[in-house]
Amino acid sequence: MIIEGKKTVWSQYQKNIAGDHYFYIRSCIRQNLFPGSETAFMRIMQQELGKDIFEDANHTTCTGIGYHTDIVPIETTMTVVARLFALMTERGYENMITSCITSFGVLSEILETWKEFPETEARTRDFLKKATGREFKVPKDMAHASDIIYKFRKEIGEKGIRKLINAKTGEKLRVVEHIGCHYSKMFPQKGVGGAEFPYVLIGMIEDWGGEVVDYPERRHCCGFGFRQYFIKANRGFSIACSKKKFESMKPFKPDFIITNCPGCNYFLDRWQYVISEMEGKTYGEDQNGIPVLTYEEVAGLVLGYDPWDLGMQMHQVGVEPLLDKMGVEFDPAKKFLGKNGNSLGVPEKPNVLNFCC
Amino acid sequence: MNQDWGYGINKDRQIDFDRNDRRLAEYIRKYVPSYKLCISCGACTATCSTANLTDFYNIRRLNIFLMRGEIDEIAKHIDKCMFCGKCELVCPRGVNTRQVILIMKEGIKKIKQNEQL
Repeated sequence: MIIEGKKTVWSQYQKNIAGDHYFYIRSCIRQNLFPGSETAFMRIMQQELGKDIFEDANHTTCTGIGYHTDIVPIETTMTVVARLFALMTERGYENMITSCITSFGVLSEILETWKEFPETEARTRDFLKKATGREFKVPKDMAHASDIIYKFRKEIGEKGIRKLINAKTGEKLRVVEHIGCHYSKMFPQKGVGGAEFPYVLIGMIEDWGGEVVDYPERRHCCGFGFRQYFIKANRGFSIACSKKKFESMKPFKPDFIITNCPGCNYFLDRWQYVISEMEGKTYGEDQNGIPVLTYEEVAGLVLGYDPWDLGMQMHQVGVEPLLDKMGVEFDPAKKFLGKNGNSLGVPEKPNVLNFCC
Repeated sequence: MNQDWGYGINKDRQIDFDRNDRRLAEYIRKYVPSYKLCISCGACTATCSTANLTDFYNIRRLNIFLMRGEIDEIAKHIDKCMFCGKCELVCPRGVNTRQVILIMKEGIKKIKQNEQL
């Protein structure tokens, strides 16, 4: 092997990630499905890393869901995104972070379109001016939130109180990493490691002490795909994609799955429940599923945050066996209590899948 | 288990060569060793009367189905063969093609009756 050649190839797969002063755009579905993750991200950035990060209460959706289901035309999407850029410009920021992979894909697509077809940018500026009276600057640096955690993974590891190891056996935890398709399959140069060697989550796992699981369907889509899911009759295709991945990873006995995409996280988690109800199959040990965590939740566990503060009770697959394995102390009685101490409501128990509550 | 979902799990149509059903292919190789010489040139198909007159899946296609383990597809069409033997005359590798079809039919019959091949 010629190492120099490898280095040259690898250098083509790096991207510039800004070091400070970020304007943060939240994700529509993550705010509802995994609200603890975005809160944890802000806490890590502000309290642990001391970075300047700002989120504007006036920011909206990027229209990604409507755009990918052919409901919202591209001109509207461009104008709505231009408004987000305008909010960033008005607040004096130049670096944008998105929480959602779909938003990251939509913003990347629009920036590339404007680069290739400058007349579309001029038209969008005109639309925005007429509609809202706003003007904007294109972001100097655009990154996904997982890029930022990746950039500061070593600092997080150093500040952390635990590693991704089995507290009982001392062995490294076996982790499946799943990257959202719109992170680097659309524009490989915009993702760390490109589409072929996406390193963004691997870097976190390795630096925090875990072991990455390589399995045949590693780069297969989770099956979310907006149209597959939103039309009920098409969901059979969506679930078949997830099932293909589970069947492929099961023999490698992963301890958990880490994702950087809201859709992947949701579907890899929920479809395990649906498959268990439909076919009676489970993919973890002792009729448990394989827990599916966001990168913020994993970072939070490394830093010693309370799992219920991280919103880990929102997952369909119970995370308690993993927490026990990692030696994380938690109070089961507080699982479904809100911040004010009131009950959030306890979900109905599944028929097949183990759900500790 | 709750079955009322309004959708199911689509069946995977990927052909995995590590896991496909190779029983029939192995059976033919055992009883017609000359079958191993086939280079899929298609001469048999070019001369096949049945292939020209019906939608018979010709021998070359049968070979592909055989390798993929799609036995149901073979069973659907194999009875259309007239055993005229022109394919055997033109085969540049000397494969006993009539025997291949015959053994294939035998094998399919055994598989349908759940007999050991």
